[in-house]
Amino acid sequence: MSPDILLRVEDLAKRFVCHMQGGKEILGFEGVSFRLPAGAALALTGPSGAGKSSVLKCIYRSYLPGRGSIRYRTADGGDIDLARASETEVLRIRSREMGYVTQFLHALPRVPAVDVVAEPLTAAGTPPAEARMRAQALLERLGIDRALWDAYPATFSGGEKQRVNFARAVIRPPRLLLLDEPTASLDPRAMEVVVAVLSEMKARGTTMVAVFHEGSPLASLMDDGCALPAKEPQR
Amino acid sequence: MTPLLAVRGLTKRFGAGCGECLDRTGALRETNRCPRCGAILACREVSFDLYPGEVLGIVGESGSGKSTVVRLLHFDLEPTAGEYRLAVADAAAGGGGRNLFALSPFQRRRIRNEHMGIVYQNPRLGLRLKVSAGGNIAERLLMAGWRHVGRIRERASELLRQTEVPLARMDEPPRNFSGGMQQRVQIAKALSTRPAVLLLDEVTTGLDVSVQAKVLDLLRSLQRELGIATLVVSHDLGVIRLLTSRTIVMRHGEIIEQGLSDQILEDPQHPYTQLLVNSVL
Repeated sequence: MSPDILLRVEDLAKRFVCHMQGGKEILGFEGVSFRLPAGAALALTGPSGAGKSSVLKCIYRSYLPGRGSIRYRTADGGDIDLARASETEVLRIRSREMGYVTQFLHALPRVPAVDVVAEPLTAAGTPPAEARMRAQALLERLGIDRALWDAYPATFSGGEKQRVNFARAVIRPPRLLLLDEPTASLDPRAMEVVVAVLSEMKARGTTMVAVFHEGSPLASLMDDGCALPAKEPQR
Repeated sequence: MTPLLAVRGLTKRFGAGCGECLDRTGALRETNRCPRCGAILACREVSFDLYPGEVLGIVGESGSGKSTVVRLLHFDLEPTAGEYRLAVADAAAGGGGRNLFALSPFQRRRIRNEHMGIVYQNPRLGLRLKVSAGGNIAERLLMAGWRHVGRIRERASELLRQTEVPLARMDEPPRNFSGGMQQRVQIAKALSTRPAVLLLDEVTTGLDVSVQAKVLDLLRSLQRELGIATLVVSHDLGVIRLLTSRTIVMRHGEIIEQGLSDQILEDPQHPYTQLLVNSVL
């Protein structure tokens, strides 16, 4: 893999076998290939149900990829296939280099919003007081009401949860950021802030793969696109 | 990265066995009881690594062999076959990377006292319910070679504070405590010697939901603070989701699947794991 490429996905496919339904096979997606230079942003496009989120989950390894490879250039110059890497290797890359913003927040229960956001910093060794201060500053910028900082995100509105989720993923800017409709339930003002934060991160070198709806302001950040092939109708 | 704990081919058979037991039991045969001789293969050819600072889950239904694995690792049971290495135990045991199962009972006890902590589902197994909470912790420290009474008492109160047991109740026997508080005393006792490995065997099973949440929160915050390599055995996927980063799935004494915990929950591969995940969600 040439050294300026950070991520190279080749002929990736994912199938689900549902054993509870007599081994029925469901196609997630197939034939997905793209290469992404370091610092660039790529949009995954295609009709709903084409498997865009599944591609992101395969890169993050929440899904086990089927055929194909996901070559990733690590910070220390290594070349690793995330589709086949050991769980321990994937965990190490997740904690140090890769961020993932989902549409839905699976927040740890009974943890205040500010600690949910600060946790990636403390895990990396930042003193708790400083981590909390930076988390508060980010929540403030994203327009989360001060009164909510010490409340549990489980009780938040969709848009508030999404911003907490976003803040947690970007507080320690990763090398590779996977974005799955990060602005789906945000009002225009909050959306503007999210785009501004992402554009600053991009300027500092973060590489991105994103899924979003047509007309989203995230489109302005993208350098490239990968259209997921339409699926054959299944029998 | 070098594993802290490595297990290879761990097998425990109850009964004489007949030479065909391994072929006639397991996940594919859907039983852990040999139909020919009646022996039980509680766990068979189990191999895995536990890395420093990691929390590894073992999930499965009753009879899957998950608790047997923990008891073997804690030397509560004798294995039928298998190897067990602990990276920190070499010096204490006087042998570089030796199979701990081959050591004398005395050496094993020493390794257990110095390097392992365990919390059982049933507080009766982990505590003397008629001895004071502080006494339970002191006993463990004494076994690990602590001699200074003042320091032992100091450490015991530090641990009870950490596990949120009111210090005023330090001299009371755990028999008088609620289930949740008994578990917290067990956790304090398990952590007292700053073990390299923590074994948690169904620690929240049978507690009220709100008490479960408190015990899990305590374990999570201790995990963040201390970073002890931990094996979490549970039938509860919620516990696995909350505490672990990797998970092993067992059935009829055998490992049938392993992966990142979020992958096991979102994209389970084995028919049994799919059944397990679909039964919860």
